[in-house]
Amino acid sequence: MPTEHVFPEAGAKAAAAAQEFEGEKMSLSMGPSHPSTHGVLRLQMEIDGEVLTKAEPILGYLHRGDEKIAENMTYNQFVPYTDRLDYLAPLANNVAYAIAVEKLANLEIPPRCQAIRVICCELARISSHLMGLGAYGIDVGAWTVFLYSFTEREKLYRLFEELTGARFTTSYTRIGGVSRDVPEGWTDRVNAFCDQFLPILEEILRLLTRNKIFTDRTVDIGVISKDDAVAYGLTGPNLRGSGVALDLRKDKPYSGYEQYEFDVPVGTKGDCYDRYLVRGEEMRQSVRIIKQAVAKFPGGDWYAKDAKKIFAPPKDKVLSSMEELIHNFMIVTEGPLIPPGEVYFEAENPKGILGFYIVSKGGGVPWRLKIRSPSFCNLSILPKVCVGAMISDVVSILGSFDFVMGECDR
Amino acid sequence: MAVIQVDRKPLTFAERTYIPQILSGLKTTWKHLRSTAVTLEYPEQRPNIPPGYRGVPTLVKDPHGREKCVSCQLCEFVCPPKAIRITPGEIPPGSPNRQIEKAPQAFDIDMLRCIYCGFCQEVCPEEAIFLQNQYSMTGYTREEMVNHKDKLLELGGTLPDKHFKWEKKLHAEQEGNAH
Repeated sequence: MPTEHVFPEAGAKAAAAAQEFEGEKMSLSMGPSHPSTHGVLRLQMEIDGEVLTKAEPILGYLHRGDEKIAENMTYNQFVPYTDRLDYLAPLANNVAYAIAVEKLANLEIPPRCQAIRVICCELARISSHLMGLGAYGIDVGAWTVFLYSFTEREKLYRLFEELTGARFTTSYTRIGGVSRDVPEGWTDRVNAFCDQFLPILEEILRLLTRNKIFTDRTVDIGVISKDDAVAYGLTGPNLRGSGVALDLRKDKPYSGYEQYEFDVPVGTKGDCYDRYLVRGEEMRQSVRIIKQAVAKFPGGDWYAKDAKKIFAPPKDKVLSSMEELIHNFMIVTEGPLIPPGEVYFEAENPKGILGFYIVSKGGGVPWRLKIRSPSFCNLSILPKVCVGAMISDVVSILGSFDFVMGECDR
Repeated sequence: MAVIQVDRKPLTFAERTYIPQILSGLKTTWKHLRSTAVTLEYPEQRPNIPPGYRGVPTLVKDPHGREKCVSCQLCEFVCPPKAIRITPGEIPPGSPNRQIEKAPQAFDIDMLRCIYCGFCQEVCPEEAIFLQNQYSMTGYTREEMVNHKDKLLELGGTLPDKHFKWEKKLHAEQEGNAH
């Protein structure tokens, strides 16, 4: 028996309430701990049925005050903190930070060190994109991609572990060089990885690219026009997905990127599918760069030998010579001596353009250090791009942005 | 500048029926079913640790059994998360290692703070602190997670020494040309 007949008043009340709330919007909070927000992002949404009318990202749940911390430690001591910005590509952060400080100090970096850094950056890019791809697969319901890309990522982490001593928090660069030279045979193993990686990458991408279920979730979803992408300061694959060919490795080469041949992939439409395709192609290009860098891997010094007040002397000398011992103490306690001045340097990281603005008043400690993090700027377009999308599309859009809250909140 | 546009052709009719994707997906699955496992059965199987790995920091002794740390406190200074606490102590004039003059009275590393960055090993002018192969530490209390000097030396063991710089100092002293 239908309830209306038993409780006629209640039925009438419910009908009246339905009428009263007709067209009223509901506010819904997604996050800060939600599996599809890839970190502690909170999305305050206003929804009309299933359709979003407003979306506001609320940040700061992972704020650690890195910029202030930097003012209280020497330049080298800050390197482990850069690991924890974009923690999916720590090596790329290390390199960007080191180059920024070296630019401030006007340091010439030997070619071997530059080549090591390029290889590191590109390996980090592959590992970050693999993670982004795998997580995106999960977001739209394709678990397999995640498992296969993680298998590959593990191989990369083995290489990182061998090079730096740690899988994740690499802390590899120092001002004026890197913490240690590449181990014997490491470049060959990088080459071997690249050779076996390409067919597997094709296999992984084949699972998604022509897949109707995947295209249904991504094509024409979260479209960002060229103008919007530029206006909101998007960078990295998200910008290139919208068709703007900005890649600092080409436009403002650093660390010897001008020697390598590679293409910049751009999208046409700027939807989630384009951003996915751009990431896939970028991995192929990264492999190209790594292979070239390994093929002409230069010999010579792996740190700036003439920078005696910046890069600590070799351990053997510290143990056997008084002068080097004193140098070691000076560099550690005072920090690398950087002349007064200010610098802004940006590098093309996997997530976009990571910039460091450093003001030095001389000495071994930065007076001010500002980080321009790509994820933060990329997220600024969310209120615009999410409006009109369905709730399930929001998951897809967030996944396609591939952001990391570690550098967003820093 | 070489810019390439990513290729996005619309799906063909066959692809829109889901069937080719399902079949090729199954093919991939079957291929991977036959391949060897990529995972480790962790506590029984252990991963290979490459040389130069940054594990738990430890204090080491030289081949003569001497504790190498001279409590210069450089590692305490450089440690980014301030995990190291050293209380310097003196070596009494009568002892065989009197030329070293100082040794740590207490040396604590708080493993709840340590970030395994390896800076302590890098700056140590005595090669006394090393991040070695151990990668897993557990404890029930916060106190248990602080490694004291005895524990650090036990974890560290003895490592070869190339320089024996303090023996050199002792010889120089005996020959009367110490600086």
